[in-house]
Amino acid sequence: MIKKLAAASWSDRIFDLVVYLAITVVTVATLYPFLNVLAISFNDSTDSIKGGITIYPRVFTFKNYETIFAFSGLITGFKISVLRTVIGTLLGLVSASMLAFTLSRVDFQARKFVSTFLALTMYVSGGLIPFYILIKDLHMMGTFGVYVLPGLVSAFNVFVIRSFIDGLPYALQESAKLDGANDFTIYWRVILPLTKPALATIALFLAVGQWNAWIDTYLYNGSKDSLTTLQFELMKVIQSTTTNADNFRGRNMTEVMAQISPESVKMAITIVVTVPILIVYPFLQRYFVKGMTLGSVKS
Amino acid sequence: MKAITTTMKPEPKKSAASFWGKFRQQKYLYMMAVPFVLWAFVFSYLPLWGWMMAFQKYKPGKSFFEQKWVGLQYFRELFQDEQFFNALRNTLAMSIMGLLAGFIIPIIFAILLNEVRLQVLKRFVQTVSYLPHFVSWVVAAGIITKMLSTDNGAVNDLLMGLHIISEPIQFMAKGNLFWGIVTASDVWKETGWNTIIYLAAISGIGPELYEAARVDGASRLQQVRHITFPGIRGTIVILLIMSIGHLISIGFEKQFLLGNNLVRDYSQTLDLYALNYGLGMGRFSFGTAINIFNSVVSVILLFTANGIFKKITKESII
Repeated sequence: MIKKLAAASWSDRIFDLVVYLAITVVTVATLYPFLNVLAISFNDSTDSIKGGITIYPRVFTFKNYETIFAFSGLITGFKISVLRTVIGTLLGLVSASMLAFTLSRVDFQARKFVSTFLALTMYVSGGLIPFYILIKDLHMMGTFGVYVLPGLVSAFNVFVIRSFIDGLPYALQESAKLDGANDFTIYWRVILPLTKPALATIALFLAVGQWNAWIDTYLYNGSKDSLTTLQFELMKVIQSTTTNADNFRGRNMTEVMAQISPESVKMAITIVVTVPILIVYPFLQRYFVKGMTLGSVKS
Repeated sequence: MKAITTTMKPEPKKSAASFWGKFRQQKYLYMMAVPFVLWAFVFSYLPLWGWMMAFQKYKPGKSFFEQKWVGLQYFRELFQDEQFFNALRNTLAMSIMGLLAGFIIPIIFAILLNEVRLQVLKRFVQTVSYLPHFVSWVVAAGIITKMLSTDNGAVNDLLMGLHIISEPIQFMAKGNLFWGIVTASDVWKETGWNTIIYLAAISGIGPELYEAARVDGASRLQQVRHITFPGIRGTIVILLIMSIGHLISIGFEKQFLLGNNLVRDYSQTLDLYALNYGLGMGRFSFGTAINIFNSVVSVILLFTANGIFKKITKESII
């Protein structure tokens, strides 16, 4: 018995070692790239070329940030990105919560139809080009609407909120009904306030999706400077450098340096694009963990 | 759930009068549902109508009825194009690699994370591991390219420092490394996020099982093997089947951002192929044919996966 216990504790110790080793590797592999980018963004750009920057700047400077904020595309991009995030999130919340409410009502005549109709949208997709033609035919090319309108109804979000509403006591709705409230009032006054945790999760998903989107800008508003987004601007900077690097391979170094935007500037834009999300997500962790598990159980 | 809620239902009568009566009663529900259903119809179902384009010689500016019908011409062109088979191979390769890695690694990580006894540390690691999920692929691709770069990239520096290699590897310029880079990037970005569901499933396992095992002298590893793992097996099966359903719909975002002309033979997926050779060249009909092929294959995969799932669990996911 004692021998067995000793053996077990030995294997337990090795097990613990593996566990802590693994989580250390994961933590470092996740954090280091971000810290490295942050350090380079605050480091003098000519100094950075020498290399060897790890997680703290060697020659501290704000100059990289000054350079990028002098660039007008970034300011416009920032405005449009904030705008699409706010509007897109609000519209998405309204549509998802309203649909979820109607689907949670077992007495709703069209419930089965609406539910199946929405569920199918998760699996059928016309594909890139038919969608592109549709946007063109609707005259949405080169408009702000293309950022917030096409993705307005998301079946996944509807089902997450629906499963949350299903978990609320139905008696609440009944008593409101007896008090003479109509269905819209029940939705607005009774259901919405109680659904806040689920709405917070969905708001986070929607906001992150909007903030991070760039393909719609690239496809539909690529030539419209007034509707550019932060992610699209960053994409152009990063892509231009890699493709230039291909084209300029073999030419002399000074010529290449003149063409390529310095690494530090790239890193500074990356930080500007990333920071808003980094500030928000740790505080919402409680909600999205709950939302993820809700969504996976029901949908 | 249903038993509680049926109290609100009036007696069901199958006559037109009662339908319209109820319709009027539920006018607010209809007002809240119908506009969004129409919306979903326009943006999710109407593009399917656009599939007709693949069978026409589509010219922008002409109406649907003025287009010339060409039958299967574009599909024949597609199946004769070498690039198509290349794109199909890349799509399948990256999908399958992504599926395997993205499925196995989060399970291992969730189990390991669950074994961390220090709650503060566990929470910290969890929060950190969610971080890459929230940044865009544009940012992720920028960071990954930087980490893998030949001048002062962290990965090359590390490998050189450990004397594993003697000169930097040109990661982003080698085609045969591209699939691996995309898979590894996906793992880096999504592992933490994908553990959420497994951690929730693990926390649902009764602590009395572990206590009983400890009394019987089971080691930690044995507890993982005989309690934790069987406890989350159901969740694992569901998530596996669901990811098989999404197998081929990998899109083009990662490949677009991480790829370049040097690795094009390995980076071009079906969607990227449709973007470059359909949309980019104004060959809308040809591009639509690619999209149709892609959609049809993913639907077949979905139904196959669902069929297997039904057999195993007697339940359906669709």
